Amino acid sequence: MRKLDADRNAGSISIEGLTRRFGAVHAVDGVSLDIRAGEFLALLGPSGSGKTTILMSIAGFEYPDEGRILLGGEDITWLPPNRRNLGMVFQRYTLFPHMSVLENIAFPLKMRGLGRAEREERARAALRTVRLDQLGERRPAQLSGGQQQRVAIARAIVYRPRVLLMDEPLSALDKNLREEMQIEIKHLQREIGITVVFVTHDQTEALTMADRVAVLDHGRLQQLGAPRELYEAPQTEFVAGFIGETNFWSGSAAAAAAPGEAVGVRLEGSGVMPALAVSRVAAGDRVRLALRPERLRILPGAAEGVPALVTEAIYAGNATTLMLEAAGGQVLRLRIPAGAGLPEAVAGEAVTLGWQAADARAFGVAP
Amino acid sequence: MLGGRRFSPAASLALAAPFLLLLLVVFILPLATLLHESLFVPSPGLGNYAHALEEPVYLRVMLRTLRIAFLVTLLALVLAWPLAWVMSRSRGLGLALLGAAVLLPLWTSVLVRTYAWMVLLQRNGVINQMLARLGLIEQPVRLLYTEGAVVLAMAHVLLPFMVLPLYSALKGIPEDYPRAAQMLGASPWATFREVVWPLCLPGVTSGCLMVFLLALGFFVTPALIGGPQQMMIATLVSQQVRELLDWPFAGALVGILLAFVLALVLLFRRAVRLDRFVGQA
Ligand SMILES: Nc1ncnc2c1ncn2[C@@H]1O[C@H](COP(=O)(O)OP(=O)(O)O)[C@@H](O)[C@H]1O
Ligand SMILES: [Mg+2]
Repeated sequence: MRKLDADRNAGSISIEGLTRRFGAVHAVDGVSLDIRAGEFLALLGPSGSGKTTILMSIAGFEYPDEGRILLGGEDITWLPPNRRNLGMVFQRYTLFPHMSVLENIAFPLKMRGLGRAEREERARAALRTVRLDQLGERRPAQLSGGQQQRVAIARAIVYRPRVLLMDEPLSALDKNLREEMQIEIKHLQREIGITVVFVTHDQTEALTMADRVAVLDHGRLQQLGAPRELYEAPQTEFVAGFIGETNFWSGSAAAAAAPGEAVGVRLEGSGVMPALAVSRVAAGDRVRLALRPERLRILPGAAEGVPALVTEAIYAGNATTLMLEAAGGQVLRLRIPAGAGLPEAVAGEAVTLGWQAADARAFGVAP
Repeated sequence: MLGGRRFSPAASLALAAPFLLLLLVVFILPLATLLHESLFVPSPGLGNYAHALEEPVYLRVMLRTLRIAFLVTLLALVLAWPLAWVMSRSRGLGLALLGAAVLLPLWTSVLVRTYAWMVLLQRNGVINQMLARLGLIEQPVRLLYTEGAVVLAMAHVLLPFMVLPLYSALKGIPEDYPRAAQMLGASPWATFREVVWPLCLPGVTSGCLMVFLLALGFFVTPALIGGPQQMMIATLVSQQVRELLDWPFAGALVGILLAFVLALVLLFRRAVRLDRFVGQA
C-alpha cells in the first residue's frame, strides 16, 4: 500500500518558501506552491516575473537563497540536475546539432546505460508518439521549428520522467502552429499522465492548456487557481488586469464589507453602484472596481445606472466593442456578443450602463 | 562595404595591390629564388633534397621538429581549452581581463617572452632558486636547453593562437545545449564528451593546425631555449645559410618544410577558416 502511495505521489512537487535574489533584485520572493502528480500547471506572468528562475530551481540550475523543493516528498533542493530524472524542453536550441533525430532521442537512454538495440527501439517508439516516425535519420537543422520541438518533447519523455518542465517551448513558433502544438502537448500529457510545469507569458496559452495556473508578478505568487477561477474571481488587482480584458474604475466604499460580501461603491463622477468586496473594506475606503467588458450591459430606457456616451462602435463579426465615456471622463470598453439579441448602440448615442454586483470586483487600495 | 556596394574586381585588386606587391617582393621572389637554387645548384636535379632526406643528422632534426611541434600543440590545447571555456562563459570586466591576459603576450616581442623563460629556467634562475629554498633539491637542476623547456616555452608563446579559435567556437555553443544534456542525465564529464567537445571540434582543428604550423617553422624560442640537442629545422636552415653559406641546401630544407605545410593545409583546408580568428564562428 505504501509503495503504491509513493508511486502515485512520485510526480508531485512542493515548492516551499522559495527565494532567489540577484543582487538587489528579488527574482523569486517567498513562493510556495504544491503541484499535484499528473497535473498540468502553468507558471504565468509578465517578462521578468521570475518564472524561469522558479523552473530552473526545479531543474537544478539555480540554487535558492531560501526555501526548499521536494519531488515526490524527497528534498531535491541541492541535487545536481543530472540526478533529478526530470524532463525539460527549452525555448529553442534544444536538439544537439551534431546528432541525428534518433540519436538525440536515444541520448538520455545512452546516459542511463541502455544497450544499443533497446535505445533504438524506444527512441523509435517515442518518435511515433509525436508522429514523426519518418524523420529519425534527419539532422535537427533539416526540421521545421514545430518538428524540432516535437522531437525535443520525445527526447524529454523517452526515459519516462515523472515531471516535464517546459520554458516557453512554443514562443518561437507562429500562431497557427502554436495552437496546434498546445492541443497536442495537452493530449500527450493526459495520455502518459506526466506532471507538467509549463512556463508562459501568454495568458491564452496558460488558460487553454493548464489544469491550474500560478500567476506571478515581481517574483511573488499572486494567485493559484483553475483558469475559470482566475478569470471569474481574481484575488488581486494585478490578476484582474493581467488575465483577460478589464475596465478599472476608482471609487470609495459606501459601507463596510467583509471579503465576498456585496458593497456599494461610490464611483468617481457617478453615483453608487453595486459591487463585490474582494478584501475587507471600511466605509469611505478607496477601492478599485474591475469590470469585464462583456459583463457590462446597456440598460433599456429609464433604468437606473451609469450614464455614458458611446464614442465609437467597433464591429468585429463575433462581437461589437463599444468605446464609452462616462461622467467624470472615465473611459470604458463594453463588448456585445453577436447573435444574442442584446441591445446595440451607435457612436454618439447616450446610454445607461449597468452590471450585476458579482461582476464588479472591488479591490481595496492601499492608502 | 563603403557606400554599401560590393567592390568590382578591379577596385578589389587596386585596394589589395600594395599588400600583394609587398608579398611579391619580400616573400614570393626570395622564396622562389631559394627554391630555384635548391633545384639547380650545383647541378640540376633533386640532389639537395636527397641529401637532406638521406643524411641521418638532418632527418633527426626534421623528425624532432615534428615531435616538438606535436607536443607543443598538445600542451597548448590542454592549457588553452579551460581558459577559452571560462572566457566563453564570461561577460564584462571578467572577459576584458581574460582577453587582455591572452592578447597582451601577443603584443610583446617573442624575444622578450623567450628571455623571460630563460630567466626562469637557467641554472641559478627563479625556479631553481625556489626549489633549493624549499629544500627539494641540493644542486641546481638542468632546466634550460632541454626539450621539455623548449616545448613549454613554445606552447606559452603560441598559446593565443590556440585560445582565440577555441574561444570563438565555444562562444557559439548556446548555454542550453550543456543544460539540456544534464537534464537528460549526462554527468558533467559526459556533457563535455558527448556535447561540448564535438561542437567545438572545428575550433580545435583550427587552433591545432595554426599552432602546429607556426611551431614547425619557429626559430627564436628553440634557438635560445634549446641546445644543439634540441635543434629544429628553422635553426638548421639558419645555420646552413649563415655559417656554411650553403644556400641551395637551405633552400631544399625550406622546400621540404613548405611542401609539408602545404600538404597539411590542403588536408585540413576546411578547418583553416580565417573568420575563426576574428570572432565570427
Ligand atoms: N543570472 C541572473 N543574473 C541577474 N539577474 C537575473 C538572472 N536571472 C534572472 N535575473 C533577474 O531576475 C528576474 C526574474 O527573471 P526570470 O526568472 O528570467 O523572469 P521570467 O522568466 O519571468 O521572464 C529578472 O528581473 C531578471 O533580470
Ligand atoms: Mg523566462
